[in-house]
Parts: sequence; C-alpha cells; structure tokens
Amino acid sequence: MSNKILAFVESKDNKFKNPAFEVVSESKKLADALGCEFEVLSVNDCDENMLKSLGDYGAKKINHVSLNQLNSIHAGNQFVYSHPAISKTIGEFFNKNGFNILIISGTTFGREISPSVAIKTSCAICPDCIDIKISDNKIIATKPVYAGKSLIDVIFKSENILLNLRPNVFKPVKQNSNDAFIENIDVNTLNISESDFKTIVKNVEVSSGKLDVAEADRIVSGGRGLRGPEHFNLIENLASVLGAATGASRAVVDAGWRQHSDQVGQTGKTVSPSLYIACGISGAIQHLAGMSTSKCIVAINKDKDAPIFQIADYGIIGDVFEILPALTEEIKKLS
Amino acid sequence: MKIVVCVSLVPDTTTKVKIAGSGRIIDESGVSFVLNPYDEFAVEEAVQLKEKNGGEVIAISFGTDKYKEAIKKAFQMGADTGVLIKSLTTDFDSFVVAKNLANEIKEISPDVILFGKQSIDYDGVLIPQMVGEILNIPAINIVVKLEIKDGKVIAEREIEGGKEIVESNMPVIIGTQKGINNPRYPNLKSIMASKSKPIAEKNPVYTDNVTEVIEMRLPPSKSKGKILSDGASSVPELVKLLREEAKVL
Repeated sequence: MSNKILAFVESKDNKFKNPAFEVVSESKKLADALGCEFEVLSVNDCDENMLKSLGDYGAKKINHVSLNQLNSIHAGNQFVYSHPAISKTIGEFFNKNGFNILIISGTTFGREISPSVAIKTSCAICPDCIDIKISDNKIIATKPVYAGKSLIDVIFKSENILLNLRPNVFKPVKQNSNDAFIENIDVNTLNISESDFKTIVKNVEVSSGKLDVAEADRIVSGGRGLRGPEHFNLIENLASVLGAATGASRAVVDAGWRQHSDQVGQTGKTVSPSLYIACGISGAIQHLAGMSTSKCIVAINKDKDAPIFQIADYGIIGDVFEILPALTEEIKKLS
Repeated sequence: MKIVVCVSLVPDTTTKVKIAGSGRIIDESGVSFVLNPYDEFAVEEAVQLKEKNGGEVIAISFGTDKYKEAIKKAFQMGADTGVLIKSLTTDFDSFVVAKNLANEIKEISPDVILFGKQSIDYDGVLIPQMVGEILNIPAINIVVKLEIKDGKVIAEREIEGGKEIVESNMPVIIGTQKGINNPRYPNLKSIMASKSKPIAEKNPVYTDNVTEVIEMRLPPSKSKGKILSDGASSVPELVKLLREEAKVL
C-alpha cells in the first residue's frame, strides 16, 4: 500500500508563521524518505501570494478551503471559527482523497483539533513529536513524556497515522524553486452541516502585546531569587533588549508575583526556545521539565550548587541584582 | 445536574524517572502516585457545579486497581460515587482509555463531563476531545473559566498570547487548565465521609491499542556547561561566549 501525506497548515490572521513552514518542510522530508506524494490543506482566507509562499518550503499542491465559505454554513450570530467544523473539513478531505498520513503542528489550535480528526480518519495519533524516523518504511515517532523527564519511541498499529509536530523543533527548510499551485476546494463537496458546528469561538482576546512564552524564540525567566515582584523589572529590561518573552518559576506565580501564563515547568508551559536565561531560579526538577530542551540554557544564580547549573550551557555565579543590569547594558552595546 | 469527572493516577511531580528493565516503561519502585494534578481542578469544578446547581458528581477512572486512589481523592473533595473500569494490564494507550471512558459516560448520560487537560505521565492532551468525538458531544479543552447558564456553556480557553471565548450547548465536555479554580483541601469531615462512598468496578469494553511504545529512554545528557564565577565582571565574557560560541546573540 503506498503512502500519501497530507500536511494541514495553520494560519493566524491569514498569515503563515513558523509552525506552517515546519509542517511543510517535515512533510516533504517524510515524503522523500517514503518515496511518496504529499499535499497541503489550508482552511483560511489567505491571499494567493501567502498560500504560494508554502511552495518555498516544498509544497506543490496546496488545497485551499475558504474559512468564510465554511463559516457561512453555520446559521447564527457572528463568530470567528469553529474547531469541530474545521476538524470535519480536514477529516472529509483526508478520507475522500486517499491519504494515510496527516501532519499537523502541535500548537494549541493543532492539539485541540487533532484528537477528533484522528477519530474521524481512523488515524493512530502521536501528539507532541520531537523527532520522526523511518525504519523499514515504517514511521517511528519520538515523544517526551513525564514532562520531558523521559522520551518514548512509538510505532503505529494502523495504516493511518496522525503526527503533531512540537513547534520550534523541526527546521523549516527552504527549497531552490517554488512549484506550488493552488486548488480551491468547494466546501459543499465536504458534507459539512450545521451539526458540525458543535462549539464556536465567539471572540479572541489578545493579551496586551506581550510576547507569549510558548511562541518565543528567546525567554528570560525569573524565580524566587528576584526577591519580590517589584524586582522583575530587571527581567523585563533584559527581555526587552533581547526581544525575549518573560517566564517565571512556579514559586513566583503561586506567590502572585507573576501571571500563570508566564509559568514554565511541569504544571506550566513546556518551552524549547533557542535561548533560555534562568535568573534566580534554583532548578527544581519540575521547572527543568518545562525548559530542559531549550537549545541554549544560561543560568544566573548566587548559589553555586543550584541544580540549574547541572543543565546550563553557560552561567554566572553571582547576584542577579548586579548581573542583570550589567548583562542588559552589555547586550545593548551589541546593537 | 449530573456531573461526571474523569480522574487518573500519576507519579507525583517530584519523581525522578528511572527506566525499568524492559526499557519501555518507568521503574515504579519508590514512586509516589497521586491524583493527576490537572484532575484536581476538574474535581473542584465538578463539586462547585454541584454546590451551585444541585445533583451529583460521579468520579470515573480507567486503569488498574490502584487507580481507585484517584477516585478516593475525588471523594474527599466532594464527589459522591465512583466507577473504576478495571484494566487487567498496565499497557493501554490513549485510544483505549478514551473508548472505555466514552462507553461509561454514555451509560451515565451526564450534563457535564470534566477532565483535567492532560495527565502528567503521557502529556497527551488527547482524551477530552477523543471522548467528545466518539460520543458526538461538544468538547472544549484548556479551559480557565467556565460559565453555564440556562443550558448554554461559555468557556474561556487559554491560547498562545491570549484567550478564546467558546460557546456550546449541553451536554458538554470540559478539560480544565490551572487557574480555573482553587482546588479545596479535604478536611477531616470530608475525609471521614469519603470512606463510605461506593466505587463500582466494571470490565473494559475495548482493549486494542493503536500505538506501541518500543523504547523509553532518558533525554540525552548534556556536557558540562561553562559556568563563570566573577559575578557582574563575568558579563562581558558571557556575552562573548553567547555570541561567538553558542551563536545565540
């Protein structure tokens, strides 16, 4: 039985960002390794140039469903989109066109729709993959478990497989040419009805311009060593010159110094940025679980025995109150 | 209101993971098992719904005999009755869990079904939406605020950089995220009351895994880092290393 890969690409405000490029690149890589075809599916109202930009990463056939056309099936008040209606769209397209492998980014949106898409398409699913290998023409997916304290390799017992790629792990790879073409898919061919709009997103509220820890490529994180909420301006200043998001340990979130959305760790967010600077954070096992796969870890702590130094790539033993302002100044000099 | 809360038993967050001899699962010796932390928010939300609307809270779990401990913790927080769908093996995947929970939920026919957003062993974030799809019930996960009024559900979902306001009808499946409430600590009275609450045992209706773990390993160990020790005086050297060696600046 030959393979056929479908890459579903997510957009935000009708623009594609890294998660989409990562999915296209990895789908091309898998298709080349398996010697099979791959196509892209997008559900949005992106313009033609934006859709064609996926071709830079190897996409050829880009199947496009208009989100506006999909949404018009729902009779009712204004809304932004419906997760289950999009799941139905993906499921129908996958089933009707002979695909057996589905790749979706493991963003919050991707992970909200993927489990139901997996059931609709009879796919065995591996969420949050950090690596995909091929052995004997079969897929092996690697997934962190126990908050990243260990890794598992998973094989699939069904022909149909759905893989969610952890964001910021797989490299977007630009190709030398762009041979992409768009095929518009009429939503009326996909058997979608009012009953598919089981939930609707009425509104999206954006947090005040702050870069979210889950999306950031650089993070400056603070812990109890900052001694109080009033000192987190040191973290924010450094984050600002680095274009980084601010993170926090559980201790300072529970103490009410920082918001929960900043929390990095086993009961907060798992992040994998290019640069993670941990300031005044001792490195409890639960915090490490949330950031240990960061590509470069820097630790600043006055305790030379702090566990964070065990996993740091670089660090300074010393007082955050002296080091952070000095570091901020030194980095300002670079630009 | 008939409320179901699904609970799971997991190694506590201080666990240092060791791989068992089989090379595919963790070594459980010395591991302390607790109610999945995210399920505490689900149980609290369930009990608050009962306190507001009247009714009952049924705690259900799929797993081996020790998963009863998760149900008992739910009892201590105010759940009324429990069901353990008892697996004869520890080797089950998310699909098996979802199929069995879905079957039990269908028999109970509740108004609201609550889950923690993920269990901290597998970290799948799969079960609430899988069960929703199997039963054709609306499901909303990563919920930080839940409002149910006149049969209408309004939930706030946490997303990158903000929140989504999601609406649905009932029955509804909700996956709870930290921040939705403050789980209560059981007091002596609730602990004593919990001892007489019944847990029914049922057989699984589905046991075919669709995935298989062929290996579990520890993450690659890191080589020793360059740790400088001159406080603020080390800053220029650190920046040089980050720029020239790590190439992250």
